[in-house]
Amino acid sequence: MIRLERVIKIYTDGTEAVREVSLEVGKGELCVLLGPSGCGKTTTMKMINRLISATSGKIYIDGMDNTSIDENELRRNIGYAIQDLGLFPHMTVGDNIGTVPALKGWPKAKRRKRAKELLELLRMDPDGFIDKYPRELSGGQRQRVGVARALGGDPPILLMDEPFGAIDPITRVGLQNEFLKIQQELHKTVIFVTHDIYEAIKMGDRIALMKGGRLVQYAPPADLLYRPKDEFVAGFVGADRGLKGLQLIRTKEVMWRSPPTAKPEEEVKAGRERMERQGIDWLAVIDDEGRFTGWVVSSNLERGQKVKEIMSTSAIVATRNAVLSEALSLMLTSGLNVLAIVDRHNRLEGVLTFQAIQEALREAAEEVTV
Amino acid sequence: MRHQVILATLLTLLIGATVWVTSLGKVGIYSTFTYGDLLYSSWAHFKMVFIAVVIATAIGVPLGILVTRSGLEKLALPVIGGASVGQTVPSLAVIAIMAPLLGFGLQSAIVALVIYGLLPILRNSYTSIKTIDPAIIEAAKGMGLNRVQIARKIELPLARPVIMAGIRISTVITVGTAELAVLVGGAGLGKITLTGVFAREALIILQGAAPTAAMAIALGFLLEQVERWMTPRGLKQA
Repeated sequence: MIRLERVIKIYTDGTEAVREVSLEVGKGELCVLLGPSGCGKTTTMKMINRLISATSGKIYIDGMDNTSIDENELRRNIGYAIQDLGLFPHMTVGDNIGTVPALKGWPKAKRRKRAKELLELLRMDPDGFIDKYPRELSGGQRQRVGVARALGGDPPILLMDEPFGAIDPITRVGLQNEFLKIQQELHKTVIFVTHDIYEAIKMGDRIALMKGGRLVQYAPPADLLYRPKDEFVAGFVGADRGLKGLQLIRTKEVMWRSPPTAKPEEEVKAGRERMERQGIDWLAVIDDEGRFTGWVVSSNLERGQKVKEIMSTSAIVATRNAVLSEALSLMLTSGLNVLAIVDRHNRLEGVLTFQAIQEALREAAEEVTV
Repeated sequence: MRHQVILATLLTLLIGATVWVTSLGKVGIYSTFTYGDLLYSSWAHFKMVFIAVVIATAIGVPLGILVTRSGLEKLALPVIGGASVGQTVPSLAVIAIMAPLLGFGLQSAIVALVIYGLLPILRNSYTSIKTIDPAIIEAAKGMGLNRVQIARKIELPLARPVIMAGIRISTVITVGTAELAVLVGGAGLGKITLTGVFAREALIILQGAAPTAAMAIALGFLLEQVERWMTPRGLKQA
């Protein structure tokens, strides 16, 4: 889909920003350009839509040399989202999202429909937001609109330069997850620039680690973590690669589906038997609709007759798409060694145990090193 | 709202002062100017200001924007610097120098007023484009807007209120400077003020100065409304 061949960028002042980078990104892949600031990752990205012209080398998009296409035509088919957003302050959210569709000559009604679809996709109330102006939005909402605008013309390719950079960590994690979910549906070919190794591991199908304008290693995240090519990669990945590996696994892959549960009205005795049979010291408490309400733990079993008398209610939950690092951090705040995984309606889908996390990590490390 | 009340009060005071002096009929040995004189001079004053500001706008806005374009940026400093010189020289001197150059008459007065009023328009036009967040322009480029589309759909709407503010400031300044036009053969309220100066009669000076101030305030307020009206909704304070 995108192929860079020995691309070089030397600025007129002699700065060698990019030195012979060759790289191929397959259709529907999310490629992260990762590296410290000044490593040439943004320059590399901007050469794809020709915001920066390459000094030498070729960039092919779908087999076509990108310099053979009119630059504005090229850019209209490549979604572009940047950290500073650059939302047009004098235009409504709807008109911002409809920028590229308008350039492509879509009629107004179709642009509006498209804007609503995209707001829906990014989990913003379409009717509530479409006529708002950027200054009326929160930081997280603006980032969403920035992404929606990049998707406006339904381009096959997306370039994203630290698109979630300027927001607080909690909102960022939420947006990352949502973007991954969207990506599973849309299968865009994405070039994603970041300096954040955690984000890179979480988002990337492949990571291109750059340093001083050169491509050091281009590999799937697990390879980068467990098989660093040299000292620089190992250093960049860091000593806590086990912890970073938690970004690679989602709870749905390791959670315990249909775990043992208890109902509030049940006798404690029945619950105790279930725990002993399974060799565990907890039971998830669910109501009649299957919604998660709290936990029964073995140390409290003597305190009452009915489950509802001894249970501790809890609202700490994660979704099936959360990565293990997020789930683990939730687990730590809950003080238990188990975490409830729920769907949108708070119905229990499974539980994640601490042991499951440990095992998953061990497996991941072995898989790569074998 | 408070701002409006203050302006209205000032305006009432100034017009009241004018009416009062006019109604006196005589100050010392001098007759005061009649309402007819006042109206005639005010109209002449306004016409002069209007023509000068229109010309300054016609020069300043395109020139200010032009020097923000890539390739012409080198010209920004000399152009704006040149206009600044026009304004650092005292207004009296700018006007006085026109007489030997262009002779006595309205044309000298207007040229001087244009030179003096150009800077705010030029500078605001330039900064209005320059201060647009570069990320906005980059995003526009990245989405495939060409140069003309960026100028028309992004830069101009965002620059409009700032440019308009420049025109407003220039107008207010020019109303004041136009008082001096009479020295090089121009018309306007300066004639009344100057008569008062020669006659050493403060009230006659007031008869010229008060309507001038009133005009500056009224025009400033009017153009402020235009400015507000021209500001895109997304930029207005809630």
